[in-house]
Amino acid sequence: MVKIRRSVAYKAFVKNKAGLFGAVVVALIVIFGIFAPLLAPYDPTAQDIPNRLAKPSIDHPLGTDQYGRDILSRLIYGARISLVVGILSVLIGILIGVILGLVAGYSGGFIDLLICKIIDVLMSFPMLLLAMAIVAILGTSLVNSILAVGISSIPRFARLTRGQVLVLKNTEFIDAVRALGSNPVRIVFLHLLPNIVSPIIIMGTLYIATAIIMESNLSFLGLGVQPPTATWGGMISDGRAFLRSSPWVSTIPGIAIALSVLAFNMLGDGLRDALDPKLKDEQ
Amino acid sequence: MSRYIFRTIFSALPTLIGVLTCVFLLTRLIPGDPALLILGENAPQEQILQLRKDLGLDQPIYVQYFHYLYQVFHGNLGISLRTERSVIKEIMDVLPYTTELAIAGIFVSVIIGVPIGVISANRRNTMTDFVAMTFAILGVSMPVFWTGILSTLLFSLYLGWLPAIGGGDPANLIDRILHLILPSTAIGMAASAITARMTRASMLDVLHQDYIQTARAKGLEELKVLYKHALRNALIPVITVVGLNMGRLLGGTIVTEIVFARPGMGKLLVDAIYARDYPQVQGVVAFFAAMVIIVNLLVDLAYSIADPRVELS
Repeated sequence: MVKIRRSVAYKAFVKNKAGLFGAVVVALIVIFGIFAPLLAPYDPTAQDIPNRLAKPSIDHPLGTDQYGRDILSRLIYGARISLVVGILSVLIGILIGVILGLVAGYSGGFIDLLICKIIDVLMSFPMLLLAMAIVAILGTSLVNSILAVGISSIPRFARLTRGQVLVLKNTEFIDAVRALGSNPVRIVFLHLLPNIVSPIIIMGTLYIATAIIMESNLSFLGLGVQPPTATWGGMISDGRAFLRSSPWVSTIPGIAIALSVLAFNMLGDGLRDALDPKLKDEQ
Repeated sequence: MSRYIFRTIFSALPTLIGVLTCVFLLTRLIPGDPALLILGENAPQEQILQLRKDLGLDQPIYVQYFHYLYQVFHGNLGISLRTERSVIKEIMDVLPYTTELAIAGIFVSVIIGVPIGVISANRRNTMTDFVAMTFAILGVSMPVFWTGILSTLLFSLYLGWLPAIGGGDPANLIDRILHLILPSTAIGMAASAITARMTRASMLDVLHQDYIQTARAKGLEELKVLYKHALRNALIPVITVVGLNMGRLLGGTIVTEIVFARPGMGKLLVDAIYARDYPQVQGVVAFFAAMVIIVNLLVDLAYSIADPRVELS
């Protein structure tokens, strides 16, 4: 049964051109990120002052920045940071958010009320504001960027999971498992969780896009991963001073961010249409 | 209605206290001594002790907490270490700039997003729908600061049509509006994409209902059917999205203010973070979150006016 469902979802996904486009672009970004040292033509931090702000050419296909650093190489290395922050922060959000959502939704009563209030409180902080506040306290580094973006996504995953559990927990199959004497931990992790994996995967994919934007915001503000490490947001910020004379320094990393966010959004939408056809009909 | 308003406002209070608790804990989570971090390791011991006293760090934590809540509810968010002015005064000075930017952003998002959503729903599965939805997905994919930089490049640096930097002359309304166009468009673009998607989904839902078929069968013009009959009902869930966007937009104002070098709460926060001015960081974060809670409250109330069934439930 599960195999049939998977194969139907796979076929539906392959038919979805936008979703497929998203998957291909995401795969390319992942390849760039993993094989950055092999693919980048130059050291991303190597300065070449005589060649500063060089226009795109055969030697430097995307030009150079104000220190003469090769933009293509920095773009390829920057993909690593975006992916690492995007994926790991979403994993933090899923890990803690899903557990909170499962506990709140299944237990109900005071625990549910308490967790819901915590979610409400965290949701009152705009994501970027919360991430900035966390970075302000912990300091700027790659790990702290991941933590900041991850923590700010926790309430979103908790709310989604709680909603799904509330729908499922009174269904007949859960009643049956309960009647068989299963303990709550077993019910939650073995029976409820596998049935809410699809919406979590869909939201996780869409949130990687949000996390990439969030990381670029932090780097742009100088609160993310610090120079000379190449980050897309940092590259845009660096190029602002040369916007008129050398627009490629700022515009090219922006295209990289927009393209990768677009790809994750399309992939997420494609997965949603394939894994949850009801939602597709509603759209 | 007044009971509903009272209940809604009352339910927001615990959230506000929760927010203040988080903000209070924020500076207590700083690894090491905040006073040492602010003044630097080489600062004289007396200065460190004085700052600890000024910040109230020499008191037990629960005393600090209740003192903090008491002060906040009496309108005192502390003193900025950088400017030595009251944080609330610093915020009030720049609040109009952030508020006008957020409201203008919402305005842009509605005037772009709603018509796109309506057209897209009415021409479902056509090229127009595809183009409109591609715009929507592109809109949410572009970081606000990048949209801001691109619009500066085009409309300010190349064409010279609009000013790109600052908040404009406070005494000159036209100048202030001109300074608002680029930032509000940058910030409103992303929100308009979400509004467009929501309007489309909501319109599709309404367009399938019987009363729309009846309106069409009566021979009403399509524009009247769409905008007078369908959109009115379809807009109810859109209000919620516009409200949710407001929180997002307030977050977006932070980077937008930096890109356009506008005065505002975002710039105040970033400057405070750079200077390790923790009382100001604390104050601005708390004020931002309180604004989001108030906006959500207003959205809830607007929703109950737009759809009286909400109040009954």
